[in-house]
Amino acid sequence: MKFTLSGVEGIQSLPARGQASRKFELKIKIQEMNKIEQALQNRILILDGAMGTMLQRYKFSEEDFRGERFKNFLKSVKGNNDLLSLTQPQAIAEIHSKYFAAGADIVETNTFSSTTIAMADYDMQDLVYELNYESAKIAKKVADEFTAKEQHKPRFVAGAIGPTNKTASMSPDVNDPGFRAISFEELRVAYKQQAEALIDGGVDILLVETIFDTLNAKAALFAIDEIKEERNLDIPIMISGTITDASGRTLSGQTAEAFLISISHIPLLSVGFNCALGAKQLTPHLEVIANRTNLATSAYPNAGLPNAFGEYDESPKQMAEQVKEYLDKQLVNIIGGCCGTTPEHIKLIAEIASKYKPRSVFNTEKTAV
Amino acid sequence: MIVENKKYLKLSGLEPLIITPESNFINVGERTNVAGSKKFLRLIKQRNFEEALSVAREQVENGAQIIDVNMDDGLIDGKEAMVKFLNLVIAEPDISKVPIMIDSSKWEIIEAGLQVVQGKCVVNSISLKEGEAEFIHHAKLIKRYGAAVIVMAFDEVGQADNYDRRIEIAKRSYDILVNQVKFAPEDIIFDLNIFPVATGMEEHRRNAVDFIEATRWVRENLPHVSVSGGVSNVSFSFRGNDPVREAMHSVFLYHAIKAGMNIGIVNPAMLAVYDDIPKDLLERVEDVMLDRRDDATERLLDFAETVKGTAKESKIDLSWREEPLQNRITRALVKGIDEFVIEDIEEARQSVSKPIEVIEGHLMTGMNVVGDLFGSGKMFLPQVVKSARVMKKAVAYLLPYIEEEKKAPLSPKGGGSQLDEKKSGKKGYNWKTADPMLYGLMKDFAKKMRSIPTDAERILWNLLRGKNLEGYKFRRQHIIGSYIADFICLKENLIIEIDGLIHQLPDHKLSDRERTNWLEKKGYKVIRFTNEEVFKNTDKVLETILKRLKELSSESNQQDPPLGGRGAGVILMATVKGDVHDIGKNIVGVVLACNNYEIIDLGVMVPPEKIIAVAKEENVDAIGLSGLITPSLDEMVFLAKEMQRQNFKVPLLIGGATTSRAHTAVKIDPEYECAVVHINDASRAVTVVGDLLKKETSETYKENLKKEYDTFRKDFLKRQKVKTYLPISEARKNKFKIDWNTSEIVKPNKLGVQILNDFDLNLLLDYLDWTPFFRSWELHGKYPNILTDDVVGEQASELFRDAQQMLQKIISEKLLTARAVFGIFEANAIDDDDIIIQNSEFRIQNYFFRTLRQQSQKAKGKPNIALADFIAPKETGIQDYIGCFCVSAGFGTAELAAKYVAGHDDYNAIMVKALADRLAEAFAEYLHKEVRTNYWGYACEENLSNEDLISEKYKGIRPAPGYPACPDHLEKRTIWKVLSVKENIGVELTEHLAMWPAASVSGYYFANPEARYFGLGKIKEDQIEDFAKRKNMNLEEATNWLKTNMAP
Repeated sequence: MKFTLSGVEGIQSLPARGQASRKFELKIKIQEMNKIEQALQNRILILDGAMGTMLQRYKFSEEDFRGERFKNFLKSVKGNNDLLSLTQPQAIAEIHSKYFAAGADIVETNTFSSTTIAMADYDMQDLVYELNYESAKIAKKVADEFTAKEQHKPRFVAGAIGPTNKTASMSPDVNDPGFRAISFEELRVAYKQQAEALIDGGVDILLVETIFDTLNAKAALFAIDEIKEERNLDIPIMISGTITDASGRTLSGQTAEAFLISISHIPLLSVGFNCALGAKQLTPHLEVIANRTNLATSAYPNAGLPNAFGEYDESPKQMAEQVKEYLDKQLVNIIGGCCGTTPEHIKLIAEIASKYKPRSVFNTEKTAV
Repeated sequence: MIVENKKYLKLSGLEPLIITPESNFINVGERTNVAGSKKFLRLIKQRNFEEALSVAREQVENGAQIIDVNMDDGLIDGKEAMVKFLNLVIAEPDISKVPIMIDSSKWEIIEAGLQVVQGKCVVNSISLKEGEAEFIHHAKLIKRYGAAVIVMAFDEVGQADNYDRRIEIAKRSYDILVNQVKFAPEDIIFDLNIFPVATGMEEHRRNAVDFIEATRWVRENLPHVSVSGGVSNVSFSFRGNDPVREAMHSVFLYHAIKAGMNIGIVNPAMLAVYDDIPKDLLERVEDVMLDRRDDATERLLDFAETVKGTAKESKIDLSWREEPLQNRITRALVKGIDEFVIEDIEEARQSVSKPIEVIEGHLMTGMNVVGDLFGSGKMFLPQVVKSARVMKKAVAYLLPYIEEEKKAPLSPKGGGSQLDEKKSGKKGYNWKTADPMLYGLMKDFAKKMRSIPTDAERILWNLLRGKNLEGYKFRRQHIIGSYIADFICLKENLIIEIDGLIHQLPDHKLSDRERTNWLEKKGYKVIRFTNEEVFKNTDKVLETILKRLKELSSESNQQDPPLGGRGAGVILMATVKGDVHDIGKNIVGVVLACNNYEIIDLGVMVPPEKIIAVAKEENVDAIGLSGLITPSLDEMVFLAKEMQRQNFKVPLLIGGATTSRAHTAVKIDPEYECAVVHINDASRAVTVVGDLLKKETSETYKENLKKEYDTFRKDFLKRQKVKTYLPISEARKNKFKIDWNTSEIVKPNKLGVQILNDFDLNLLLDYLDWTPFFRSWELHGKYPNILTDDVVGEQASELFRDAQQMLQKIISEKLLTARAVFGIFEANAIDDDDIIIQNSEFRIQNYFFRTLRQQSQKAKGKPNIALADFIAPKETGIQDYIGCFCVSAGFGTAELAAKYVAGHDDYNAIMVKALADRLAEAFAEYLHKEVRTNYWGYACEENLSNEDLISEKYKGIRPAPGYPACPDHLEKRTIWKVLSVKENIGVELTEHLAMWPAASVSGYYFANPEARYFGLGKIKEDQIEDFAKRKNMNLEEATNWLKTNMAP
């Protein structure tokens, strides 16, 4: 694996990450964290919806993805959504803004694939620090604007840490089940770099999400725990796994409860599920978690299951009805949407959620499981 | 919601393991520990990870809730082995469902292990041995990796060996972990050192007591922790006396668990049941454990002398006959003993209210044990086939009673175990309605009933058949559970029953109602008519049926189809057209049938149309094709294409000696969109078919299969080295050259055709090659070593005994007949590749053997060989000779096997076929020797043992058409003509040139000392064209025969 910060234009212009500024950030962080935990006690928090679905609406061309800066880049970059934080930052800001306006308390940074591992597909490993840092900045700026307008409802930014495109527990080669395409150590290094850049960019929360292989997530948690110790920083962590089918297991084969046990060694703000299933199919797995943890719980399902064309077409109204069941059963503290969801979905979900009290969180011990 | 949040030790593999005060003692499996298991150490050293995995699997199946993995051995790269083994374990969900205990004295091995396991593990172990700094460092990392930890009672001074030291170290460790490291206390497990007692040393007397008391203290004073230990240590001084050791373990655990030990490493086989320990032994063991008397050790030692296990005598032990009925039946099934089964089944039948309950209860219980044992590799194939034999006999015995019931069902309970499952969300109708175990037998009965319908039935059938009633399809005499319905429309699950007069008696009315109730509970609707109604009011009857059908059609959209019990699925199996070999297919069939599949076996030489037609008719869930000769490969490709064309969706299974994963992936798989899978042994068949047909796994499995074969195909094609081929003319120039001036050519003692009829099989016994016999039963290893093999030895010996018995029976009762025809003729090579055979008896015509020549570019100095090279060319003017032969030991095989099958004895049916094959091979070997030393006599001085013969040390060769040196089967036709094989001994050729009877061998004899076996390899079109011309056949036909040999 190769990644260096030097050699990429624009890196030098990043602010120095000095002790003084970090301490200052830290103070704000603690306040904000308290605010998040306070907010969690008071109301159900709303997470944003899909970034990809919204970006599709812009119908960006290869040239748009490249922008001026990458117009001569060696290979196609169309589809590298995370890159748009650098080449179309106004679009990213606009989407964040729409979600906040729809009622979201938390938006996710546009960094799902911003690790050296996932960026290798585009030969853009060298950009990883900048992608995360800039994405965090964009989201944070929008969040601050909304907080300033509506001080009773502070807005937060969660740094999105995706699963990468490799899996540490499974072999990609069916003939060689003992083979692994990626090691824990490689994942740890990559995640650490991403998390540090997100923190430097000002995120309030780190969100390890769409976990299909618990071992990948454990590498991310390992890296974050190292950062927390090295920087003496207590940044809240949200964890969100993915149940890939009706059997109720992750792609790497764990049951919801086994998954919960496997990630409970690090203090967490919340645990939950996202993606792969629609709100309806997710319910039983959410129940497993909600009944077994004192952590806050989160859910951000897809807009239903994909239709024949691979599109997610559950309407905001349909989805909101399903979400109502979560709320009636007191299953969640944080709710939002994944693939196929839009500000319209989030708006209806937020409206319904506002009528409910949050699930009680017993948070004196954060290693609660 | 506030979750009540107790601090329990929670671990996870793929599934959770939560240890609560209510949990039973958690047993850690330690067979995957190189220090604890010699076998595992050997396997790891040999890098036999496959079998090492089965050790792990076995442990989990035997109830280990955590598996301990340890690779600490001087001769092993522990880190590499740990990672490799764990990665493989993770890929096996039936193992990795439990949490893993990563066990090593080296930190780097522990850390490497932690980095590859997604679940929450246990680290075994850390301690204060190397001081606080390292202890803290490791504990922090373990926390960060998310594992629990075993802490040994060990510190800088040494290992805790008394009560005070144990609690001192435990307390200190606990405080550091909980207060400094912030380690979750529930994730701490103390190993407080179990040491031996009764060693004779005064200072060891309190070893057990101190451990137990320290355990009590730790559980009372260090909140939330667990206590663990390796129990077998305690009885170390009684090695060799298992009864005493077992009692000691049991007593120790009894007290330690009471004191709070909740996890441990115990070998369940070395554990007595506490209550079963004789009082006098118990007293003495407890005296030692609890240090109750000064002379406790002496007293136990004295006593131990008297309880030493006595060597078991090797006489037939019938004590099991005293056991309870279920045990006896299970044992009979597991051991495949049919001696007492009828007796036991009769007893079972009398003990239940309905005979079907014997099948559902007693027999299924036993068969489940068989299934589990086979699945876990504890039973081998021949045993399973024997189990099936016992099962079939038992069912056959019960069937008349079940039929009796059917006639007057008092309280029908019916059907197989699946009957109550109603999971299918599938729309449409389910045709799998019969009890799987009974199906085959009931089918015969139903067939008979169909052929002798009552008048009323016949009238109604004429009106209902062929979709006559507005397109509704009816079947008659259809089996549901253990009943046979008169008529059924499966689409709407409507059953029509015609009651004769007899049903009008009060008793029968009652039973009919109950039977109707049962059927309706299963989701069927039943209409009953009397004979009279059918005779007199036929229109009304039809109207009623139609009305009900229409009602049901409109309702049926919301209903689940009723599920019947044709078990896990129906599988059609066939040996393809032109091929006659079926041993492997039969074995797979029997094993699948044991696993609750219904097998429709179409036998051998089944034309593709029939396979397709039956598959449709019976709506099978999978099709299995088998074949041994090479043309069968094309036949399979053809069937795959045909299935695709006709839009089949069921998986296609491929098996048989010539089939291969490569051929399946490259040639068959691309022709058929649905799953195609190559299965080369019966034990795999069960899991593969299970994965294919089980709803939960089916889709992903099929998808993966497709991908797997796709990848394999790509890799395979990529790997294919681009070979260069010579034009056939060039290849001929590089022929194998024999110096004919000096080459030794012996004139045969006896020229012409000779026949051996009714050959004495006794003469063949010394020539049997047993290794392939065991292979056909999927027992792998070389004879005779296989008889003493660690793993399969016992089974192999038993099989061998059975084979010997059968062989004796075959010989003494003359059940099989062996015949041979062979001939030696004047011959010369002509035009490089042909051999002309001359014989005055042929009169008008000479015959030619057309041989094929290697065409791939050879290294310098290596020839391109054809068989013709071993015969002196005509132009040398030297007279040379060739022989050819056909032997068979198969006459009578089919009949004998069929007799066994009819007696529900597949074991012996397969045995007969396997032995016939061996006898035929032995006959070929014997005859070759006779030819060399006698008839031809070119090697009179030869003196070779059977092993020498098996390893082909003889002079000259006997290649067989269809094998590597001459892979074309076509020349068999020539042999048949030259020797008049069919006329002389009755062996025939099928359209694909397989020999019938199957247990036959044919080939050529080449006597030249330089003649040797070789593989033809691939050939090019130019040679095929040339070959076609020489054979005087059209190119298309020649290409068809040689397709599998064509270079791409």
